[in-house]
Order: sequence, then C-alpha cells, then structure tokens
Amino acid sequence: MSLIELKGVSKTFPPTRKGGEPVHAVRDVDLSIESGEIVGIVGYSGAGKSTLVRLVNALEPTTSGSLLVDGTDLTTLRERQLQKVRLDIGMIFQQFNLLGSRTVWGNVAYPLEVAKVPKAEQQQRISDLLHFVGLADKAHAWPEELSGGQKQRVGIARALATSPKILLADEATSALDPETTVDVLRLLKKVNAELGITIVVITHEMEVVKSIADRVVVMEEGRVVEHGDVFDIFSRPAHPATQRFVATLVDDVPDAAALEALRRRHPGRLVTLSFLDESVSQSAVFAELIRRGIEFELVFGGIEDVRGRTFGHLTVELRGDASAVDEAIAAVGALVETREVA
Amino acid sequence: MDRVWELRSEFAEGLWATLWLAGAGLVIGGLLGLIIGTGLYVSRQRGIVPSRPVSVVLNVLVNFMRPIPFILLAIALQPISRYFGISGIGNGHALVAIVFASAFGISRIVEQNLVAVDPGVLEAARAMGASRWRVIWSVLLPEALGPLILGFTYALVAIVDMTAIVGVVGADSLGKVALTYGLKQFDWTVTAVAILLVILIVQIGQFAGNAAARKVMRR
Ligand SMILES: Nc1ncnc2c1ncn2[C@@H]1O[C@H](COP(=O)(O)OP(=O)(O)OP(=O)(O)O)[C@@H](O)[C@H]1O
Ligand SMILES: [Mg+2]
Repeated sequence: MSLIELKGVSKTFPPTRKGGEPVHAVRDVDLSIESGEIVGIVGYSGAGKSTLVRLVNALEPTTSGSLLVDGTDLTTLRERQLQKVRLDIGMIFQQFNLLGSRTVWGNVAYPLEVAKVPKAEQQQRISDLLHFVGLADKAHAWPEELSGGQKQRVGIARALATSPKILLADEATSALDPETTVDVLRLLKKVNAELGITIVVITHEMEVVKSIADRVVVMEEGRVVEHGDVFDIFSRPAHPATQRFVATLVDDVPDAAALEALRRRHPGRLVTLSFLDESVSQSAVFAELIRRGIEFELVFGGIEDVRGRTFGHLTVELRGDASAVDEAIAAVGALVETREVA
Repeated sequence: MDRVWELRSEFAEGLWATLWLAGAGLVIGGLLGLIIGTGLYVSRQRGIVPSRPVSVVLNVLVNFMRPIPFILLAIALQPISRYFGISGIGNGHALVAIVFASAFGISRIVEQNLVAVDPGVLEAARAMGASRWRVIWSVLLPEALGPLILGFTYALVAIVDMTAIVGVVGADSLGKVALTYGLKQFDWTVTAVAILLVILIVQIGQFAGNAAARKVMRR
C-alpha cells in the first residue's frame, strides 16, 4: 500500500470577496506516493502545489475525494486526531518559519514539547538532531544570527524531531543561493537515505528535481497533468507544461529561431537524433553514416545526465548525394529516433 | 514650597494612590485587553479560530466603548460600581473605570501587534501538531511579546493620565491633590509638583518598558 494516496482529491476555496469566484486550487487529483521515495512536484505559481501538500498534512480540509496517509483516511478524522497525524509529517518552508522567540535549541524542542516527550529525552534528541544537520555549535544562537542555509538546517532538524515518516518541503531552497541549495539538497538526500523518510519537494526549479527526485509530478491549474520517473520526464516530456519546465534546464533541441540561424550557415539537411536510452550508442550511428559516405557535422545538441542515466539530442547536418542521404536517414532512423527538422 | 511641605502627607497619599491605581489598572486592564485583543485577532477571517459572530460582537463592543471620553465614562460607570457594592466615589470606583477604559483601549493595541506576527510561523506550529490553543499561547503571544511590551508601555501613559482624571470621582490620586490644593486654591507650585511627580512616574514606566522590550527583541 502506498504511504500517501490521493483519490479524486479536490480543494475549492470560497470566494475571497463577496460576489467573487470560488478558487479551484486542486482539482480531482489522483496520486500515490510510495514509502521511501523522493517525489518532486513542479508547476507554475498558482498551480496548487502548496495547497496540495497542505491537504496532505491536513492544514486544510479537502473539499472532496479521499486522502490516505499511512492507511488512515484523513478526511474522516477530527482535529485532535489530525494533530497526532501531523506529528508524523514534518514540513519545511521557503521562509524557514523559525520561531523568533526561541533559540535554535528551542525551535527544535518545540515539536517535542507538542508531542509531550519527557525533558530528559528531549535533550538527547535535540543534540542528536543538531549534530545530524551539522549545527551542533549553533544550539544557542538566535534565528536572526543564522544564514539562510543554516536556518533551513534548523527547519529540517525541527521537522525531523518527532521522527516523522514523511517530510514535506514547500519551496525549501527557493530563498537560497545555488551553492547553499546544493548543500540543503544534499542534506535532504541524507535524510532520505539514512532515515528512510519519504520526501515530497515542491519546487519550480527543475535543477532541484533533477538532483534529488525519483519521481516528478507536474501540476497545472490544480490538476496533475503529467507524472513519471524523473528520467522519463526529462527525456520524454509529453505535456506542454512539462516541456516548458524541462526546457529551462535541457536546451538541446534547436527552437525556431535557433533553427533559422543554423539554416543560414548549414545548407545540408538537418536531422535531430534523439538518444533516449543507453541501448543505442552514438558510435553505431556515426559509423553507419561514415559507411554510407555521408558527410556530416554536429551543429546543435547536448547530452544530459539524470541520476546516472544519460540521454541527449544531437542535431546533425548531412551532406551528400540526395538519394544517399535519404537512405542514410532511413537507416539511422532504424537505430535511433530521428526527426528531420528543416 | 512651604505649602508643598505642609501637604507632604497628601502628596504621599496621592503618589501612592496614583501608583497602585496605575499599576492595578495596567495589570487588570492589560490582561482583559490581552484577552479581548487576542479574541479580535483569532476570530478574524482566516484567523486561527475564524468566527464571524465573535468577531462582529467584539468589534462592535470595542468600537462602541473606545470613543467615549474617559471623564464621561468614569461618571457613567458609577451605577455599575454601586451594583457590585463599590461606592461610586473613591479609589475603588476609580479602578473600575480605569480597568474598563484601558481594557478596550489596550485590546486594539494587542490586535495590531498580533496582526504583525508572520502567519508562516503560526502555520509551521500547526504543521508540527500544535493545537490552535497552543499556537496562541506558545507561538502567537511570545512572537509578539516585544511589540506588546511597547504597546503596554504606551498604554501606561494613558492610564496614568486617567488616574489624574479620576480625581473628579473622588480618587485620592495626584490628580486630586493638584485639583484640590493646587488649581482650586490657585497654588501653582502645588500643581507643578503634582505634575512633575506624574511625569516622573511616566518616565520611569517608559524607561522600564523600553528596557524590557529591548531585552525581549534583542535590539
Ligand atoms: N486560503 C486560501 N483562500 C483562497 N484561495 C487560496 C488560498 N490558498 C491558496 N489559494 C488559491 O489557490 C490557488 C493555488 O495556490 P497555491 O498556493 O497552492 O499555489 P502554488 O502552486 O503553491 O503557487 P506558488 O508557486 O506561487 O507557491 C491560487 O489561485 C491561490 O490564490
Ligand atoms: Mg506555493
């Protein structure tokens, strides 16, 4: 059974103004998240990502549908029982949301106080957590004395305090610089690998998805428009929204403007070869072209590495006898996905 | 100045009455104001415990009470004091009037300072499994503590001002000393000394409030 299971989940907010329209923030979402995975949820602003995770830890009630977390249907629970469920779900935020009235130590202590963990046990737990996130020396610092990355580490320690099964990260790295982002993502990977905690990361940065997610969920206007294994999403994005997101990171197929520029410099036939899995080697394709005496030149493209697997798109210009080129395109097409682009 | 010396026991009594009226007024009125102000904040739309009826009732009540000039309120409340067995004249009634007026005044100050608390922090506490009630006392109020202290300090000045006015309903405050022995007998020295003592109280209160707020806010 999945750890988190949404079936036909919708969330509609009443109109914010009198006479306004209700907001359909989440619409009919089916989604399963397995124990131990890292799932990335991407979508543009207003797509409903935050609302979706706020449904998962019951900060908002669903409007319809069923929502199972670890086998319990949250839609049937009362507030008191939901508070217990929330102890099993950690959450970190873009703005860190540390309590300014407490030190680092006090912040990590907060969920333990809520969970009524005995004082002596708290001490040990907090100390362990601060070591885990690498902030043992900052235990008595105040939040405003920390850098963004350190604040997020405190946020992570705090979220892990009650040993949750799930960690929800809402834009957890969006306020951080690239280097600090990498550090925090590394820490999240460690949380997943060493503690076996299932992580849901909301982001609009494909870089984040590429670096930690096993699976990707793409949302648009409250709906899940595409989901799949991270490699598949990057190598074969199907929905236009997904394609736009992937294009922010992977820019290996020439767009119209780039094609026009290429055309001016390259009079031969332009063909894009897509190497989407590792079964076909590029050398086999090039050997085929050489064998047929076709002159070729690489004019555009790139090879991407997604979690240890590679894919790429190479655009080549082919020159030679017209019918020989035709035959070569057909032959190469039998080896690898081939598309004549101009 | 000789006259001031002659009136030293009246001054001492006035000073003492002013101090305890202001102190008790600030504590009791402040506590009630904190409760009403927190009620105003949490019952708002999208508040911690949204409730339209509670919100409307509290707002109407506060808006009704606050504009009443204190001198009229002090007189208008006399029947209420008597109902509770407190004479309408004297220190007891003065305290009732001060508590009443300061509670409603402070409630708005409290509400304003709570609104300024980052909602993200409240959400984080809820996400950690805290009940709404716990969020209020363990996050909302501590997060707003510094500004609240400054707000209460600000209210203290208004309350000391009230202690002078309640001289009218027979309280033995410095206000009464100034009124009886100063203004009515055209003795400007007595009036001036009474005023200076009031200023001193306010200064000390302000200084203590600022120091406490600085300590809490760490700046
Ligand atoms: N409490 C609320 N009341 C009314 N409308 C809301 C509420 N919360 C969110 N919405 C609306 O729901 C929609 C989805 O919002 P949500 O915050 O889930 O988007 P998001 O994908 O997280 O966007 P972002 O990337 O900007 O954080 C938006 O139109 C938003 O205005
Ligand atoms: Mg969001």
